[in-house]
Amino acid sequence: MSEAAALAVQGLSAGYGGRAVLAGLSLPPVRPGTLTGLIGPNAAGKTTLLRALAGLVPAKGSVRLGAVELARLDGPARARHVTYMPQSLPQRSGLTVLESVLAAGRASAAALPERAARLHALETLERLGIADLALRSLAALSGGQRQLASLAQCLVRAPALLLLDEPTSALDIRHQHGVMQLAAEVAAERGMVVLAVLHDIALASRWCARLVVLAEGAVVADGPPEAAITPALLARVYGVQARVERCSRGQVQVMVDGLA
Amino acid sequence: MTETSHHAATLAAYAALLRRRALLVAALALAVAAALVLDIATGPSSLKVSEVLRVLMDPAGAELPARVIVWQVRLPAALMAVLVGAALSLAGAEMQTILDNPLASPFTLGVSSAASFGAALALVLGLGVPGLPAEWFVPANAFVFAFASVLMLQALARLRGAGVETLVLFGIALVFTFNALVALVQFVASQEALQQLVFWSMGSLARASWGRLGLLALAVAVVLPFSLRASWKMTALRLGEDRARSFGIAVERLRFLSLLRVSLLAASAVAFVGTIGFIGLVGPHMARLLVGEDHRFLLPASVLTGALVMSLASVASKVLVPGALLPVGLVTALIGVPVFLGLILARRERGT
Repeated sequence: MSEAAALAVQGLSAGYGGRAVLAGLSLPPVRPGTLTGLIGPNAAGKTTLLRALAGLVPAKGSVRLGAVELARLDGPARARHVTYMPQSLPQRSGLTVLESVLAAGRASAAALPERAARLHALETLERLGIADLALRSLAALSGGQRQLASLAQCLVRAPALLLLDEPTSALDIRHQHGVMQLAAEVAAERGMVVLAVLHDIALASRWCARLVVLAEGAVVADGPPEAAITPALLARVYGVQARVERCSRGQVQVMVDGLA
Repeated sequence: MTETSHHAATLAAYAALLRRRALLVAALALAVAAALVLDIATGPSSLKVSEVLRVLMDPAGAELPARVIVWQVRLPAALMAVLVGAALSLAGAEMQTILDNPLASPFTLGVSSAASFGAALALVLGLGVPGLPAEWFVPANAFVFAFASVLMLQALARLRGAGVETLVLFGIALVFTFNALVALVQFVASQEALQQLVFWSMGSLARASWGRLGLLALAVAVVLPFSLRASWKMTALRLGEDRARSFGIAVERLRFLSLLRVSLLAASAVAFVGTIGFIGLVGPHMARLLVGEDHRFLLPASVLTGALVMSLASVASKVLVPGALLPVGLVTALIGVPVFLGLILARRERGT
């Protein structure tokens, strides 16, 4: 795993059962150490893009992480570089938080001896502020805690590329920002490339250095939030009539006046 | 390391949790041993437990009738109960995990129905694997059909590139198909063959012999190490299929190999004792209630809970109706349900 490797995507095509969702998508290099937001309407191909990057759907094209061509790696080899965090954890799981993090670390290529693995898992939980929940059952956690436990399972694998699929969708506003803040901090500490699918444009603009806007499987805007989000784009992509204004601190605010 | 002292309390609590689980597994093993001795002691000419132990420890020193009863009659059947329970419960535990379905068991997915059909062909129509002696027709047929049903399930699922829901639906379709075929064979069967078939499908330990025991023991001994080796992967699969795949687990391969193990276990068990429901479904649930979902403990605990319930069922089948030996398949649910309900209620009171 090379430190601080950028992600570059060239001509990525993917789909399900003959139906193409992404057709030759390319992304200019994504810088490590910051959050990159992936936004767009429903069915734009955001989740498919993440799953294709993680190797969970068959895809063609090039996915380079630093000097490594991920597209050439098989599942276990790819999993050493990339981790995909689905929207939610299964409700019925009877595992404790610590067990789930241990299992995530042990799932392929048990690297650490048992004692070191336990300590490493606990440190990961502590970094996310949930070390006190280590022995709590996953089923007994609140929505925000579950999302942090889920994040811990991914971080314990120390990926160079972390893909978050709607990490804040079921959370209240405090936990939305809590999860995003932690993700941003850890991305900076570890020099990870973090790509997060988000629906809330204000939240995305607050935490992401760069926003990539996806519509119908293609990139339609890409850049810092204040450049990427424009009234014309919102009308075209989401079909809403909206004003984009800067608040007193210069952050992008979107006010929707009606449907376009 | 300063972190070590910082996390010492949690690490110690986790280590204590692991010790408690290991103790529970050990306690289950002791309970199985006790149930086995009780099973041997129970029967028409009842033996004292101390007597059973003496004959087991020192066969040469025992008087002939006791030796014959213990070694020739009771021990094979009692061991068969333990092994069948272990095999079915392990199969159920693996299925519930890989199919992410708490209702999965070798019986809900058609394995037992297929075995019944194989047995029916042998009992009613005299069809069997060529070259085998006639007394092996029934178990051989049951095994072949049970094993083939799981392979068919795999093949169908592969054909569609389908997920677990499709696999479960195919399994249910197999249940109905084989049940219909069995009914068809029953329809044309003679009175005598029909009676044999009904008795077979109730499950009986009376068919135990040292040869059959050896084969079943071999199946369990071959499968168990592979199951245990996959335990971390199966634990990770409990976090969701996408997540597990993203963690580098080849989920399709895990599922395929696991179903192979399941088919070997379930087919051997059903072949020798007939249809025994419930154990494969409930054994794993009991184990889960006792030791949680860390598969390093869940799988061995499932083996033992299955063995325990089956062994107790064997005892019950001899004492429920004095003077009569009930088919053990009828008793498994009767003995298992109260134990199971007790566990669920106890857990609810603890509030976990």
